[in-house]
Amino acid sequence: MDFLSDHQPEMLPGNRQLPPTQGVIEAPHGTTIVAVTFPGGVVLAGDRRATMGNVIAQRDIEKVFPADEYSAVGIAGTAGLAVEMVKLFQLELEHFEKVEGAQLSLEGKANRLSTMIRSNLGMAMQGLAVVPLFAGFDVDRAKGRIFSYDVTGGRSEEHNYAATGSGSIFARGAMKKLFREDLTEEQATTLVVQALYDAADDDSATGGPDVARRIYPIVTVITEDGFRRLTESESSEIARAILERRLEQPDGPRAALL
Amino acid sequence: MSTPFYVSPQQAMADRAEYARKGIARGRSLVVLQYADGIVFVGENPSRALHKFSEIYDRIGFAAAGKYNEYENLRIGGVRYADLRGYTYDRDDVTARGLANVYAQTLGTIFSSAAEKPYEVELVVAEVGETPEGDQIYRLPHDGSIVDEHGSVAVGGNAEQISSYLDQRHQDGMNLSEALKLAVQALSRDTNGSEREIPAERLEVAVLDRTRPQQRKFKRIVGRQLGRLLESGGATTEAESSDEE
Repeated sequence: MDFLSDHQPEMLPGNRQLPPTQGVIEAPHGTTIVAVTFPGGVVLAGDRRATMGNVIAQRDIEKVFPADEYSAVGIAGTAGLAVEMVKLFQLELEHFEKVEGAQLSLEGKANRLSTMIRSNLGMAMQGLAVVPLFAGFDVDRAKGRIFSYDVTGGRSEEHNYAATGSGSIFARGAMKKLFREDLTEEQATTLVVQALYDAADDDSATGGPDVARRIYPIVTVITEDGFRRLTESESSEIARAILERRLEQPDGPRAALL
Repeated sequence: MSTPFYVSPQQAMADRAEYARKGIARGRSLVVLQYADGIVFVGENPSRALHKFSEIYDRIGFAAAGKYNEYENLRIGGVRYADLRGYTYDRDDVTARGLANVYAQTLGTIFSSAAEKPYEVELVVAEVGETPEGDQIYRLPHDGSIVDEHGSVAVGGNAEQISSYLDQRHQDGMNLSEALKLAVQALSRDTNGSEREIPAERLEVAVLDRTRPQQRKFKRIVGRQLGRLLESGGATTEAESSDEE
């Protein structure tokens, strides 16, 4: 926010002096975020684990947040910095909306997030990177869109599906095989939980559904009607259905060979 | 050689107050009313783009009569104050009382500083609570004083006439449609006592609705929904007032 940078620059993440450090700073890191578009919207979901080195720092962290009525952001990377970045991002979108009386375009929101990530580059070079995934419903084009970022703030629009975080390679593989153009909302939510399951299967830093503690992935859906987070019972139902099938087929659904 | 005239401080303040009051009276009046589920803002405003009412924060709304550029300036200042406060501390720490205090300071300073002309604005800051008892409405006249209001408040042109009309007829626990109709009746009374019709297109209506599931309770009521509320015989349901356009 321009006003904030004039008024109280120390409040903004990019303007803080960094103490010189040696080696890697140990801080909780968030892991896998996945997103899938379907006709009529987009689904954004994340696992619940935060790790610090080889330790699980938190089992039930929340890494997917609504940015405003029509968009959401999922965070991978240093949890503390990422949560602050999201808070500032939310504030900025809301502030713009109130002052101007109109919402930013989805592109505008994506660009703004890009600048915020770039301002964190100094931290990223010390190992405290924040790499979010941004998904939203584009009201003008009437479709769901996904934007992914790199640590330098480079922004690229992803088509159909995207993933970020340490388990993203496995999640992306799963989504590649499961994605179809004509997914319904229910199928899309199942798909993202499948992808998170596969990521948790092969990446130690990604948490799978925890039936014993009733911790399930956070799944959010953004459509024409706005942002909606699936209730715990809805996401547990999806996770349990998947678990049930995986008891017979541990590797999940199989795609056709040809 | 001319000697400067002596103007007593009383006279200087009275002149400034007179100037500000005249400026405010030129604008159209608006009313703010409590109803069962929140607070409703109603005003006559031919423009679709230049709003008299707006959202400041989750539960706080803003209404202003007078000069557009001056109250727009104050509105943006208020949004900044609220957003900065909410970001620094917590969303619950932004209150209408705090905001009204900031506005009172600003207006008071401008009013009594000889270098500036007084602002020709009158503001209303309203906060919707969890229950009707928790609702707060503050009226801020041009000189920086704060008036804590209950039930209904009118500002602008013939505010006195309208507020006495409202005071007689406003009841606690009215539904949105009843409150809205009462407000329109009050606004459509002219200074000379005659009534005129205000078409729905010229009305600007917004609510702070405590039943809204979102964190942000402010919502504009436009188009079909407004027409429906103005027509219905007082049988408005909550579903109607909370559904989105």
